Amino acid sequence: MQFSVSNAPHVHQKDSTASLMLDVLTALMPCVIAGVWLFGWQALRVTLLSVVFCVGLELLWQKLGKKPIRINDLSAAVTGVILALNLPSTAPWWMIFVGSAVAILLVKQMFGGLGCNFMNPALAARAVLLASWPTFMTATNTASAYPLPFDTVTSATVLTEGSTFSATTIDLLVGRIPGTIGEVCKVAILLGLLYLLLRRTITWHIPVVMIGSFMLFAWAFGLDPVAGVLSGGVLFGAVFMATDYVTSPMTPLGQCVYAAGAGLIVALIRAFGGYPEGVTYAILLMNIATPLIDRAIRPRIYGEVKSRA
Amino acid sequence: MEKKSSLRSVFLNGIIAENPTFRLVLGTCPTMAVTTSAINGVGMGLAATFVLIGSNVVISLLRNFIPDKVRIPSFIVVICTFVTIVQMLMQAFVAELYASLGMFIPLIVVNCIILARAEAFASKNGVGRSAVDGMGMGLGFTLAITVMGAIRELIGNGTVFGLSVFGAAYQPMLLLILPAGGFIVYGLLLALINVVTARAKKKKEVEAND
Repeated sequence: MQFSVSNAPHVHQKDSTASLMLDVLTALMPCVIAGVWLFGWQALRVTLLSVVFCVGLELLWQKLGKKPIRINDLSAAVTGVILALNLPSTAPWWMIFVGSAVAILLVKQMFGGLGCNFMNPALAARAVLLASWPTFMTATNTASAYPLPFDTVTSATVLTEGSTFSATTIDLLVGRIPGTIGEVCKVAILLGLLYLLLRRTITWHIPVVMIGSFMLFAWAFGLDPVAGVLSGGVLFGAVFMATDYVTSPMTPLGQCVYAAGAGLIVALIRAFGGYPEGVTYAILLMNIATPLIDRAIRPRIYGEVKSRA
Repeated sequence: MEKKSSLRSVFLNGIIAENPTFRLVLGTCPTMAVTTSAINGVGMGLAATFVLIGSNVVISLLRNFIPDKVRIPSFIVVICTFVTIVQMLMQAFVAELYASLGMFIPLIVVNCIILARAEAFASKNGVGRSAVDGMGMGLGFTLAITVMGAIRELIGNGTVFGLSVFGAAYQPMLLLILPAGGFIVYGLLLALINVVTARAKKKKEVEAND
């Protein structure tokens, strides 16, 4: 029998990894439902395949490596759903499979499993897929619930300059724009955010500061800040991907620095970069900076006195 | 100085135990840059092998004449000579390969493997042993970057040595041809080789204990 000794205060909490992951899954449901409504049953196919591949690969890795089976903590399922919401509804099965393998095997398990991954697995998978099959990743199926003047478009987002597509603010809010399954419907994302905040699964710092920083810098660089938030993946990224516990700083101040940096990089890439969208790279870069931020900003130990410089 | 090992083990040392790419992790710059296809790997590897053998032999011959203080510049001059020869030969006879390797042929001069072997081996050993060491190291390098080139070409382009493997329906995974993919493949190969050698070592220890 092993006793763990720790200092007071002793706080009891019934939260577990699985219960937190279940909260995230619940919060993602509005996005999944909106995706199915906007893009048709293809969106559900992508989501289910992605979850099955992610959970299956994690199970396989843990079985083959004779490690404890931990798929019940639901983290692989969350990665699967987030990966699916980052894909277009037309994604072929093999692309989903490669994405799941990159997320679960390369980024998560090879670095030691849940809690040890150095960047968000689903986002890293999206970056790999985007670099590997750009045409598949930016094709969007829009032949579904709402009438659009085309069947398929290959512009990533309405952000692409010279895009013939013009959308009203309502279209942007509801998600009647081309894009990946999860990023288009802002109302669903905000519902998810509200749920996560009410359940206290996440705090407000990362999403609010990231969006605020993005709007500020977008305005400074001469972009339209409101349309910028409502199009592309910045809102989805700020709510569901930048807030990943493992790859974001621990202290509230650190989280603010991290989120402000991510918002700045998104605005920089959108205003001056070669890509129309930069949320993926912005969050991944700040993921990598997270250990540095945590080292620079440490919580003061209770009772410690500020040393005079 | 350690006891002299046989010529055979000097040769195999460069290919397996101290493979410059996978065990010593030297010369990673050309490894990353030219391994986008298998044929590039072979060309780069053989060019470096030629330079390695040549420079090892000459430096070994001159090892008692080069003052210690100026040995690095002297080594570089010798290496430069052989790189220039290889560059001119390739330009004359395999112009296409020369064009695709481009800048990386003259950059063999600064390839750490060659300077490292000059410093660590040729300047302390006889001519024959130095030549064999150069050959082993060179072929180890060639083998490593050809394997890496073949993997990247297979997945990133669907071909090996320019021959289609998966057919026209295959959608190549472009990432593997890009620099980021090079790092990922290199890391995975290093991990694989570390796992294999660690297993072999463990097995040996278990057998020795029995």
